[in-house]
Amino acid sequence: MHELGITRNIVAIVSENAGDRPVSRITLDIGKLSAIMPDAIRFCFDICSKNTPLENARLEINEIPGQGRCDICGNTIELEQPFGQCECGSRRITCIAGDEMKIREMEVI
Amino acid sequence: MCTTCGCSDDARAKLTNMETGDVVLMDEHSHHHHHEHNHSHDHHHHDDGHTHSHAHDHPHDHAHTHAGMHGTAISLEADILAKNDKLAERNRGWFEGRNILALNLVSSPGSGKTTLLERTIRDLSSDIPINVIEGDQETVNDAQRIKDTGCRVVQINTGTGCHLEADMLARGLKDLQPPLNSVVMIENVGNLVCPALFDLGEHCKVAILSVTEGEDKPVKYPHMFSAAKVMLLNKADLLPHLDFNVDQCIDYARQVNPDIAVFIVSAKTGEGMTEWYDWLRTNIPATSKEEAIV
Repeated sequence: MHELGITRNIVAIVSENAGDRPVSRITLDIGKLSAIMPDAIRFCFDICSKNTPLENARLEINEIPGQGRCDICGNTIELEQPFGQCECGSRRITCIAGDEMKIREMEVI
Repeated sequence: MCTTCGCSDDARAKLTNMETGDVVLMDEHSHHHHHEHNHSHDHHHHDDGHTHSHAHDHPHDHAHTHAGMHGTAISLEADILAKNDKLAERNRGWFEGRNILALNLVSSPGSGKTTLLERTIRDLSSDIPINVIEGDQETVNDAQRIKDTGCRVVQINTGTGCHLEADMLARGLKDLQPPLNSVVMIENVGNLVCPALFDLGEHCKVAILSVTEGEDKPVKYPHMFSAAKVMLLNKADLLPHLDFNVDQCIDYARQVNPDIAVFIVSAKTGEGMTEWYDWLRTNIPATSKEEAIV
């Protein structure tokens, strides 16, 4: 349940950037391999955003599917977990998408 | 940076210097919980019959009451853990400048981390100076055990927080004052999830798994085992009494992390510890080794 701490970080970063302006929307990129559960973020967001510029903001989360590139043959494969095996037999996979933990955008009024 | 995790504002992380007995509360972190907004800034109400088209972009010193209708999108592209990562990089530089090998020991509770540390410190005391940062939610019990080995130790209690963060480590290092050319062991809070996300500035993570746990833990907690460079399979002395399949476990670990170094050890009997010590010696920065031999 590290999502509460993570959500507080999100609120802190956006608040800092928003200054005095109320925030109407924030958009996050959360990779499916990132060990963060979007539902838990949504749950925590209502609590963490109270009495902040984000109080009434809409929370949008882009869930980025996992993708890896085989270090041996260069093939790109879909990843459901932060590890996998390439058709060539290699388990040396570099994650190229799906580990995002980013605040992409905010909308201020 | 929020130091808490699934917890309230008063998580009450605290630091205990085992040399002096001083206890410091570590709650000076800046939660940017912003003040209430009263929306009193520059409102221009258009209640004079004037209606304007909203088809154009508004200048932004012009706030309006129709909340949410037309905001200004601002690209942030901000990493959520950026603050921690930045502080972790500072810690990393701090270690490098002092020629210190810092290891972040991670595991489930009860894997035998503290026993393994005690043995390592005692066995190597004549040639490698080791000092310790202990992370636990509560008590100074582990720090006391480590202190009894004769090394310097600072205990960080995270309160309800379930992992150490880079700022806590920085604060702990100020008190620990480890000497140049030494090893700092950071015993993280027993938890196989959150500590994987938080870089402390260590040289690498060392995951400890005991054979009394399931052999599939590396695939159950892949983030931790892929973040670690070393896996110590501890309590090997119990293997004759258990159904634990060592080969299967190592295979799981390599599925997640093909390069992970694995040592099968028993901190109790000393079995396999030599290989772990060899690994430590080869990873100590060069001048440190020279100093240690002198």
